[in-house]
Amino acid sequence: MAKKNIAFYPGCSSQRKSSAANYLVSVQSMCDKLDIAMNEIPDWNCCGASIGYAEGGELPRVAITARNFALAEKHLPGQDVVSTCAACWLANRETQERLEASPHLRAETNEALGAAGLSYQGNTKARHMVEVLIEDIGYEGLKAPVVKSLEGIKFAGYVGCQTNRPFGIAGESFENPQYLDKMVELAGGEAVPYDQKVTCCGGALAFSEPEKSQKQIRDIVESAYDHGADMIVTPCPLCQANVEVYQSEINKKQGTQFNMPVLYYSQLLTVAYGGTAAEAGLDGQIIRASRLEEIAGK
Amino acid sequence: MTTANQPAAYRNDFLKEVEANVEEGHMVKMCMQCGVCAGSCPLGSHWEHSPQKIFMMIRAGKREEVLTSDAMWMCTSCYNCIARCPRKLPITHIMHGLANYAHRLGLAPKGQPTRDFAVMFWNNLTKTGRVNELKLTLGHYFKDGIGAGIKKGLEMKGVGLGLLKAKRLNPMEILGGHKLQDLAGFHAIVAKAREIEDRRRGLSS
Ligand code: SF4
Ligand code: SF4
Repeated sequence: MAKKNIAFYPGCSSQRKSSAANYLVSVQSMCDKLDIAMNEIPDWNCCGASIGYAEGGELPRVAITARNFALAEKHLPGQDVVSTCAACWLANRETQERLEASPHLRAETNEALGAAGLSYQGNTKARHMVEVLIEDIGYEGLKAPVVKSLEGIKFAGYVGCQTNRPFGIAGESFENPQYLDKMVELAGGEAVPYDQKVTCCGGALAFSEPEKSQKQIRDIVESAYDHGADMIVTPCPLCQANVEVYQSEINKKQGTQFNMPVLYYSQLLTVAYGGTAAEAGLDGQIIRASRLEEIAGK
Repeated sequence: MTTANQPAAYRNDFLKEVEANVEEGHMVKMCMQCGVCAGSCPLGSHWEHSPQKIFMMIRAGKREEVLTSDAMWMCTSCYNCIARCPRKLPITHIMHGLANYAHRLGLAPKGQPTRDFAVMFWNNLTKTGRVNELKLTLGHYFKDGIGAGIKKGLEMKGVGLGLLKAKRLNPMEILGGHKLQDLAGFHAIVAKAREIEDRRRGLSS
């Protein structure tokens, strides 16, 4: 029996061969080492993300997320619904809070769910993987399985928006959250001071307003270089993708020489726990993190 | 003030209309016009109207100016404003709610890129229950026609090939990709939810 069981909500970007497939691979390896059993919610659907608002409206968005809760309650009773994606977590938490606050919305939601023979009871708790790590396992517990040190690598901890606002991780500030730096340090790496820690990467507007978003991304990468970082580390799949894949675009248009790897916390921990480069999903980087690959290969 | 597509019950009272029909709209009247939100938006310099201005315009009954503004479509959902607003307005949600309402009434700016992308995103995810990233990307590139799509695709070729090589974009998704088992049930939920919401707003689906 695993130390901890969670109802896992991967979200669309973390499916096989999707843009954050390397996040999923590394989270799985990390959870294996920590003895956390990730039980995928059967037949889960998309959370609607933030950008779903325009066509989706409120009730359809709430209803599709409530469908995931209803499935978790039915198939994985008593387990927290845990997501790794910031936007999924936000959608889940927001939905849960609104359903708790408004009996009216809850009645309408259940009327919609009834169309598929489901109902939402309100027995689940929406959480982020980072909360499970910090609150249930704890920093000491996270440090215990470390067998390799990431010594000598400097990381800029880029928290971004939605893992941080409006809910954030309990006990952390909006302007300067510390947990990512603490994770870097317990893995033996160095967390450099970083003034773009909570800057917005442009989110979905990286698609629809590329010029404006790339200005954000440029600031985020530039500041990591200015503070002497070798790599950026983040908990958010949209931040990871935006900040990694647009560097070549920015280089082309603006003559910069960006080539900064952007990793997930779960990849750092997997390597520190003795996982291989493949187990850490390092083959999924577009900008290779060669120094981490070296440590993983030792 | 225009009354285009305005539900009869709210003639000449835009604030009431917003309170009844816009997500979290009942909170608009709590704004004290301090301007903190206006200084918080990451794409702030590109907004025609900051959230502060939008809320003031709602109270002044400027229905057409608000609903046709492209301001709401510049919101990246960064939640800076919510974290900082001294009156605890759920600004992000109100901006999303206004965008949705303007879109449903057909008053939102035509061809606004984020509006188009957001619609494409929702249609993409509701089709199979999960987002098909390949079709979403292609659909976005080709929205202005084949020529523009090929040009855009070529410009972004490096990005696509990189993702492909890293196994983070699946060419086979063109054939359908990930999909729900109970897709019929999922569609029934979405349809029902929309029907209830439209009924509440006095709109026809
Ligand atoms: S920060 Fe809040 S109170 Fe101040 S102008 Fe913006 S919405 Fe109004
Ligand atoms: S959530 Fe939207 S409105 Fe609020 S600060 Fe961010 S971009 Fe501006």
